[in-house]
Amino acid sequence: MTYLPNILFAIIFVTAIVFFSKNVMRLRRNIKLGKDVDVSDNKSQRWKNMAKIALGQTKMVVRPIAGLLHIIVYVGFVIINIEVLEIVIDGVFGTHRIGLNVLGASVYGFLIGAFEILAVLVLVSVIVFWIRRNIIKLKRFLSNEMTGWPKSDGNIILYFEVVLMCLFLIMNAADSSFQGLDTGNLISQHIVPWFNSMSPESLHFVERTAWWLHIVGILIFLNYLYYSKHLHILLAFPNTYYGKLVPKGQFKNSDAVTREVKLMMDPEADPFAAPAEDAPEAEKFGASDVADLSWVQLLNAYTCTECGRCTSECPANQTGKKLSPRKIMMDTRDRLEEVSKVIDANNGSFVDDGKQLLGDYISHEELWACTSCNACVEACPVSIDPLSIIMDMRQYLVMEQSAAPSDLNNMMGNIENNGAPWPFNQMDRLNWAQEQ
Amino acid sequence: MSDTLKVPTMAELFAAGQQPEVLFWVGCAGSFDDRAKKITKAFVKILNKANVSFAVLGTEESCTGDPAKRSGNEFLFQMQAVTNIEVMNAYEVKKVVTACPHCFNTLKNEYPGLGGNYEVVHHTQFLKQLLEEGRISMEGGQYKGKRITFHDPCYLGRANNVYEAPRELIKKLDAELVEMKNCKKKGLCCGAGGAQMFKEPENGSKDVNIERTEQALETQPEIIAAGCPFCNTMMTDGVKNKEKESSIAVMDIAELIATAEDL
Repeated sequence: MTYLPNILFAIIFVTAIVFFSKNVMRLRRNIKLGKDVDVSDNKSQRWKNMAKIALGQTKMVVRPIAGLLHIIVYVGFVIINIEVLEIVIDGVFGTHRIGLNVLGASVYGFLIGAFEILAVLVLVSVIVFWIRRNIIKLKRFLSNEMTGWPKSDGNIILYFEVVLMCLFLIMNAADSSFQGLDTGNLISQHIVPWFNSMSPESLHFVERTAWWLHIVGILIFLNYLYYSKHLHILLAFPNTYYGKLVPKGQFKNSDAVTREVKLMMDPEADPFAAPAEDAPEAEKFGASDVADLSWVQLLNAYTCTECGRCTSECPANQTGKKLSPRKIMMDTRDRLEEVSKVIDANNGSFVDDGKQLLGDYISHEELWACTSCNACVEACPVSIDPLSIIMDMRQYLVMEQSAAPSDLNNMMGNIENNGAPWPFNQMDRLNWAQEQ
Repeated sequence: MSDTLKVPTMAELFAAGQQPEVLFWVGCAGSFDDRAKKITKAFVKILNKANVSFAVLGTEESCTGDPAKRSGNEFLFQMQAVTNIEVMNAYEVKKVVTACPHCFNTLKNEYPGLGGNYEVVHHTQFLKQLLEEGRISMEGGQYKGKRITFHDPCYLGRANNVYEAPRELIKKLDAELVEMKNCKKKGLCCGAGGAQMFKEPENGSKDVNIERTEQALETQPEIIAAGCPFCNTMMTDGVKNKEKESSIAVMDIAELIATAEDL
């Protein structure tokens, strides 16, 4: 019976890891539904970007208050999670604070002391975050797309963090042997008086309860990630690695179109030739659903943590248009999740469910409101590119459906006919030189 | 206004067996839009004054395809691109300067992949270089102490990270450069990009150019400087909307320099 807690711990831990791994595999599968794209170039620049933007948080601090608070939570969480290693070893082997034996009291005390300070800082930051969302009601947390689940999700994450930090401090405070060392209990020693009236047995019970809830809470949180915008804590790293390296103004030239254009310009090509038997099926231009996007764009969608910096910088959104770059990313992710469920329900293959990203999630009106100004791309702290999705969907609208606004059709007609977006004769292009 | 402009074409120079230092890509707005034509002429005056050996394509120039690409018509864009590239490659063009950030971005970034490799610079970068090489001088007298705010064109700034060239030129005019609350990387669009210039805006609470003009007016400028013919139009409309056209001028950097030099 003495091994019961160890076995129970091992079962919970393994279950959590297995469940998490399954979701990671699903995530991988879903992202790979996107078209292949070559991002194997410039590895050193990519590593640098990841180090700077994800690890170094350089774009977070563009907004100093949110940026600083975020760094505290981020650093706090990463460092405090070193403690998880000890908890897991203790849990599996039935030891108690194994780190103390390994590292010695002074080093161990220093570490735990640092964790405790960070825990308080994280607690304070998270409370400020909650106030920003729920009391100050910052505009970017209140847009149309931020109702229902996205709103709850944002708060649930904060509650998780508050509870985990409190449990960590209570666990230390209720540990009489740890308090007895009188090292590393910088914060928890102030909680100890709360438990003064307790018997040693009750105190031990509090300590064990906090310990178990803390680790189970962490494991639940780990598995919550897949269902939450909070996935960014993992995906920000690959996402910044695969982020765009060329100038922001450079939009991809479609290879499929280049092939068509080359064929048209080739005097040798026979315009009446029947396609070869083995010719690949004509490629669809642009994107109307998630599978038409690249896997990097789908990774972008899962990485988005709905902070709304893109939307708050968007000129169309600022002037009351429907377009919100954040919604573009959330819609892409939500549709991808829907597709994922269809695949799961049909033994691993996608069956047309009569829906698509364009129209069912993202409207034409949103797409046509974009000025392609790159403010959203610049604003994103984790190198997401909503603009590329908007442009791919415009391509589908124009090249597959001829569904551009009529003004734009006129403009394009002018370019085709006379080489300018306005109906002026190309032969008049130099007239200005003669005008005084 | 001074003498007639000297505007050689590539065809003329080619026939004479000459190769200019740089091709001036005028762009559709610069060729046809009445307001933008003034910018084109101001820039040519500076080129003439500095004895820059340049040429234009004239009637052989055609839209770069930028508005087509941003509208989603990749096919039309690439047709325009390969046609223009054929013309430029035939003339063995090495360096291109343009006063339009949209042409600049497309020529610089999107043409190489289709076979058009040129050194492409925006006219503010080119003017800055002329100044540094001592080929033009700037007497700032006329603009001394004037409050000038610079509106960053998206396709020059964020799209290509050119923020300083236009600002350095304004400072060289001895003007007081005042920044809007949203400038450089955070610059707000004028509302014309992404082919919005050619369509009605979607329903909203305000037009983008009005929002941007309000930001510009907050700096209490005497001049709103721009580096893009489309931004120029949008800001001019915004200033008119605010009934400030008698006190605030919207001018291109090239026009500022040309008038400072009294060309």
